[in-house]
Amino acid sequence: MANYNTHVLVCGGTGCISAESDLIIENIEKQLVEEGMADSVQVLKTGCFGFCEKGPIVKILPDNTFYVQVTPDDATELVKEHIVKGRKVERLLFTDPETKEKVSDSKNMDFYKKQLRIALRNCGIIDPDKIEDYIARDGYSALGKVLTEMTQDELIDIMKASGLRGRGGGGFPTGLKWNFAKGYASDQKYVICNADEGDPGAFMDRSILEGDPHSIVEAMAINGYAIGATIGKVYIRAEYPLAIKRLEKAIDDAREYGLLGEDIMGTGFNFDIDLTYGAGAFVCGEETALIHSMEGERGEPTTKPPFPAESGYWGKPTNVNNVETFANVPVIILKGADWFASIGSEKSKGTKVFALAGKINNVGLIEVPMGTTLREVIYDIGGGIKDGKKFKSVQTGGPSGGCLTAKDLDTPIDYDNLIAKGSMMGSGGMIVMDEDDCMVSVAKFYLQFTEEESCGKCTPCRVGTKRLSELLELITEGKGEMKHLDELKHLSRVIKDTALCGLGQTAPNPVLSTMEAFADEYLAHIKDGKCPAGQCKNLLEYKVLEDKCIGCTACARVCPVNCISGEVKKLHVIDQSACIKCGACMDKCKFDAIIKQ
Amino acid sequence: MAKIKSFAELKKIKEQVQTRVELREKGENINDLIQIKVAMATCGIASGAREIMNYMIDELASEGVDNVVITQTGCMGYCYAEPTIEVTIPGKESVIYGDVTEAKALEIIQKHIVNGEMVDGIIPATHKTIE
Repeated sequence: MANYNTHVLVCGGTGCISAESDLIIENIEKQLVEEGMADSVQVLKTGCFGFCEKGPIVKILPDNTFYVQVTPDDATELVKEHIVKGRKVERLLFTDPETKEKVSDSKNMDFYKKQLRIALRNCGIIDPDKIEDYIARDGYSALGKVLTEMTQDELIDIMKASGLRGRGGGGFPTGLKWNFAKGYASDQKYVICNADEGDPGAFMDRSILEGDPHSIVEAMAINGYAIGATIGKVYIRAEYPLAIKRLEKAIDDAREYGLLGEDIMGTGFNFDIDLTYGAGAFVCGEETALIHSMEGERGEPTTKPPFPAESGYWGKPTNVNNVETFANVPVIILKGADWFASIGSEKSKGTKVFALAGKINNVGLIEVPMGTTLREVIYDIGGGIKDGKKFKSVQTGGPSGGCLTAKDLDTPIDYDNLIAKGSMMGSGGMIVMDEDDCMVSVAKFYLQFTEEESCGKCTPCRVGTKRLSELLELITEGKGEMKHLDELKHLSRVIKDTALCGLGQTAPNPVLSTMEAFADEYLAHIKDGKCPAGQCKNLLEYKVLEDKCIGCTACARVCPVNCISGEVKKLHVIDQSACIKCGACMDKCKFDAIIKQ
Repeated sequence: MAKIKSFAELKKIKEQVQTRVELREKGENINDLIQIKVAMATCGIASGAREIMNYMIDELASEGVDNVVITQTGCMGYCYAEPTIEVTIPGKESVIYGDVTEAKALEIIQKHIVNGEMVDGIIPATHKTIE
């Protein structure tokens, strides 16, 4: 075996791969061969490091040096300087935005300081395609321990005591769910992993599957033992090709090692897993719709009860858990329920992975203990709002969630606090908005999403979401009336009370929470005919300022509809009736003579 | 790959593959560990620095010393005394040894690394490293 004394870890998440991390690996390997060091330096492709804003990431160990925004052209220099000569390449180190100092150890970066990685424990450390890497990190030991030392009830008791709750959004206690499924006797039971991640901007589950697929395989087998199931199914979006590839490899390797299949580790326990691809319908994240989709039926939810624990896949007892929920399971078994329950807040234990997106400096994937405040997440880890703008709101829980505002910044994040604030945990998407975002438009965006994703089975959701988005459309077009606000509220309540499944019941949340927190913005649209954030085109007017315009004609030349007139060196005027509000004139003007109001 | 037939067998495999990630796990906590830097420029390599480095890695493993990280570095400027190695114990000044042979390396491991006693062969450091 080659004697590797240096490991080069290159991020192989979807984000970094699209920024050519594959080519970086190739170039580093080529250069290593040239330097004659190919057998002392190991180059590995790992899962997501989370710091997607600064990708592609290259980490060199044991020197523990974290390089950011590396390009394929930097590979030669990295090898020649860092690896051959032992000198850090300064220009590729992360620069602290506050102190402007270079930081080479990721532990000293604000982005990582407050994070605690449990579900993401192996992402960015192991090569997801190598089962040996996973085993070396205690992989499959939890399965071994469960199969040789625990009864089903002991295992379920540990899960209950840990306080783990479903990470897909519902927050249902995992141990209880397992107990229900165990309670129903049947000749066949199933374990399903819900990898149908559909919230806009969310990529927690994808990153776990890409960076640490074996943890899901192991956890599903543990779940199978707990409830007495021998077949596991992963329902995964077909739009996640890399996650599918790595998961398939993980399943194949586990089978080859005898960690899946018959008589696992000589204990007589049988368990195997296969994949079903989803077509990306949002509603299929709902467990009954997901099961129907897997059976080849339309992806429509049915009323519960019966819950899947009683009658699920093909009418058999089935336990459905989300990817991130599963990722926590092996650690809980190995480190104990008490350890897990010591992390987090009173009613929400452990950590939560969030996908930070929107107008935030450090877009990426983070994992923090439950009970961390929004302020810590947005300002300390997220590095604050882009371009020094003012924070306005953060949307959590995707299309089912709501918007939190500046007054909620010091709220500790957990399941119950977010619901109390009119939002929800959801699967972990966190979209940050600044002063330039119009909240009515945000609500409209989410309603258009749910309108499109509504399966159409029940009327409140099918028709109701359409009517809601039409009303919002009227308001953003400047045709809103005061009675529309009452209609929005009334309709929202009706949909919440009568829709069949979670999709419909939560669809009005973005409307209600923005109406509550940003009532003045709705009023400005309706009463004053203005959009305070300057987003709604119909309510905007571009105007040339008389005292600033020097008549250079630049705006008139750039206007795509020729609606600006004026002679050279004289004041120019915009014809409001023809203006399409594209803003090209304002961008072009060098004298700040054009304003948007 | 033969199938794993028992939990004990899985544990055995884990022992065998442990080294795959050990270096990465150590690197995460490098500041709490003893660091040995081996000067690995042309002069060092020509004097056998690579062999010394491999020897030390093997020797540390066989002695069961696991609080040490060995990295390579560039020319430290003591070409007259290659191979040279720099030993840094957390919280202490680093020490540079010159003309390191296998016997010397073993002595450094057994005395300096394990017991904290310095041994002969220290050369005066004339450089400082900016972190």
